Amino acid sequence: MNRTVCGGFSGRRFGALVIGRGLAVLAAAALLVPWVQAQGTAGALGGEMAQAWRFLRLEDPAVRYVVWGTLLLGTTCGLLGGFMVVRRMALVGDALSHAVLPGVAVGFLWNMSRDPVAIFVGATIAGLIGTAFVSALTRTTRLKEDAALGLVLASFFAVGLCLLSLIQRLPSAQSAGLSHFLFGQAATIGPEDIRVMAVVAAVVILFVLALYKELVAVAFDAAFARSQGLPAAVVHHAFMFLLAAAVVIALQAVGVVLVSALLVTPAATAYLLTRSLPRLLLYSALLGGAAGLAGAFLSFLGPALPTGPLIVIAASVWFGVAVLFGPREGWCIRLWRRRVGVGRTRRENTLKSMYHVAEVDGFARAGVTLEELAARRRETVEEVRRLGVELRSHGLARLEREVLYFTPEGRRRAGEIVRNHRLWELYLTQSANFAPDHVHDHAENIEHVLGEAVVRELERRLNHARWDPHGRIIPSSSELERPAPLEGGGLR
Amino acid sequence: MPSSLSTPAIPPVLEIHDLTVAYRRKPVLWGVDLAVGPGQLVGIIGPNGAGKSTLIKACMGLTPVQGGWVRFWGRPFAEVCSRVGYVPQRETVDWDFPVSVMDVVLMGRYGRIGLFRRPSRADREVARACLEQVQLLPYADRQISNLSGGQQQRVFLARALAQEAEVYFMDEPFAGVDAATEASIVVVLRTLRDRGCTLFVVHHDLPTARQYFDRLLLLNLNVVAFGPTAEVFTADLLQRTYGGRLTLLSEVAQALGAQGGSR
Repeated sequence: MNRTVCGGFSGRRFGALVIGRGLAVLAAAALLVPWVQAQGTAGALGGEMAQAWRFLRLEDPAVRYVVWGTLLLGTTCGLLGGFMVVRRMALVGDALSHAVLPGVAVGFLWNMSRDPVAIFVGATIAGLIGTAFVSALTRTTRLKEDAALGLVLASFFAVGLCLLSLIQRLPSAQSAGLSHFLFGQAATIGPEDIRVMAVVAAVVILFVLALYKELVAVAFDAAFARSQGLPAAVVHHAFMFLLAAAVVIALQAVGVVLVSALLVTPAATAYLLTRSLPRLLLYSALLGGAAGLAGAFLSFLGPALPTGPLIVIAASVWFGVAVLFGPREGWCIRLWRRRVGVGRTRRENTLKSMYHVAEVDGFARAGVTLEELAARRRETVEEVRRLGVELRSHGLARLEREVLYFTPEGRRRAGEIVRNHRLWELYLTQSANFAPDHVHDHAENIEHVLGEAVVRELERRLNHARWDPHGRIIPSSSELERPAPLEGGGLR
Repeated sequence: MPSSLSTPAIPPVLEIHDLTVAYRRKPVLWGVDLAVGPGQLVGIIGPNGAGKSTLIKACMGLTPVQGGWVRFWGRPFAEVCSRVGYVPQRETVDWDFPVSVMDVVLMGRYGRIGLFRRPSRADREVARACLEQVQLLPYADRQISNLSGGQQQRVFLARALAQEAEVYFMDEPFAGVDAATEASIVVVLRTLRDRGCTLFVVHHDLPTARQYFDRLLLLNLNVVAFGPTAEVFTADLLQRTYGGRLTLLSEVAQALGAQGGSR
């Protein structure tokens, strides 16, 4: 309990710190605004702001198509990517995106034009054939899935590249746009493409909403789902079909090489942020959509930069932020927790030493001199003074003329730590058959992490014993809750 | 065979006839015959690779079958799957999957709920009762990644209980659990048996197999023996299950597998 309380405390302090810094940055930005405005009217920045304004008004139809397109493909890929990541199928997305390329070429050859529907159908079918090959290879040979995926990915991609180069040589002017499928060209998204994307997005969202229960059951434990008579195979194939469709609609904007990042990155980000699947899927879809929008916006500001890579960079930035500042496993919160933990343990050990010194003469004196403490801890007075100052700054002790006095809070914490230590020693010797000379070091670590509930349980099991294995008094929980005797009636 | 089964009018709870399963032509089960009545706690015993897991998977249609058939109450599995419960091996799932204990137990209801529908309040009540039965109710809202091995096993047991089935297949429910958990699982199994359920439990440990089960199925590629534990748990039959007699059969199976591989 102590631990969780402190964890919450440190979390709040961490939050306060982040918010504080964030406000400082905002304030700095606010100060910059007049400067930007002063500079901006004629300068380059002003031009960019005008450009941003043009983008945000969505008046330009080309901008509208790109915005809708990137939003739709980002959301669709994010949503399906969430399932993909929890099913540990992340590499399947990569194989799928490369396997669709021959289908793009065949779809073009179908009526010798960049007809979005024909290309969509051809690419999706090619993707499904690719995944069918993967599963056939893993079922009928001893090859494992990773090898099969790598094989299918490369061979389909190679065939696709050859077909595309052949098409490029055809004397058809319209074929020029096909190379965009390799690296993506969001500006080529037209109203026809938007229609296909909207249909795919709608089908994907309806599919996930309607069959959520079955999707989760199959993703978590497919054999169990099948044993219950759930249509696991149908659900799986429908999912693979929609995954292929999502890859295909993203292809034109992001390109074969990067499209799997749209499936994996938002989902991986969401995976770090939550442990609830519905929330993971929601975050993943939102982050995917947001990455799409951000990529479209940035590429509109700087037309030299391609939209697809910018979308992927935006998604990667979200991911980087989640890795650094994630609420549970973020690197910052982990560093912070460790720092807080180390500091707390050090203060508690100082309090414990004070308690030990005061205990020698039965708490007759109110304070503990720094010299006594230094002798006890086998440290110099200087080192001990630093520890005393630290206690003072945390409201656990007062330091007056080289003498440390417990505050009520400090006295209570000291008693708790000593109690935890001695209870644990007693428990180890009595119930776990540890020799009395073995228990001290174990208790040194445990004393800082025993929760209130565990302590009560220990006291109960040990029949509220008064003496530890070394014959010293164990402060009881009920005593510690009374006003501290040292502080109240101290003779100073 | 129990005498009640000789009455042809009542089909046995589970009847297996000449069941053969092969992985890439190498037989894993070879001509298995079995008939089991209601209210039995059956232990499936045999060495590694004897086909224990394959047998229960084949019964539920989870693995392709080369020959023979399986009937429950005289009907194929697909018609009665809602009356059959399953506890797979614990390692077959990813315990980092982002769901709670309650979510997993509710999955035991999915076969009954039907497509497109969400679990009802009644389903949640059943799931809670099942968690209570395996002493995991306080953990209902925990993420499954925070569970110990024994707790994971009990979550799977609770999910199977939530199926409210009449026949249960359990694949090594005692693997990697502590003695206290094992004892509590045995209590649950016996309660189910006393309610008239028939349970098939793949088990590894011979001494406890003798205590836990009413009947034993000694399996190694085919049925070495099936009958009341006291009759079947003999040095001779165990010797035949774990070595000796079947070595020739295994060698032939191995040869068939090699032939299949080289083709």
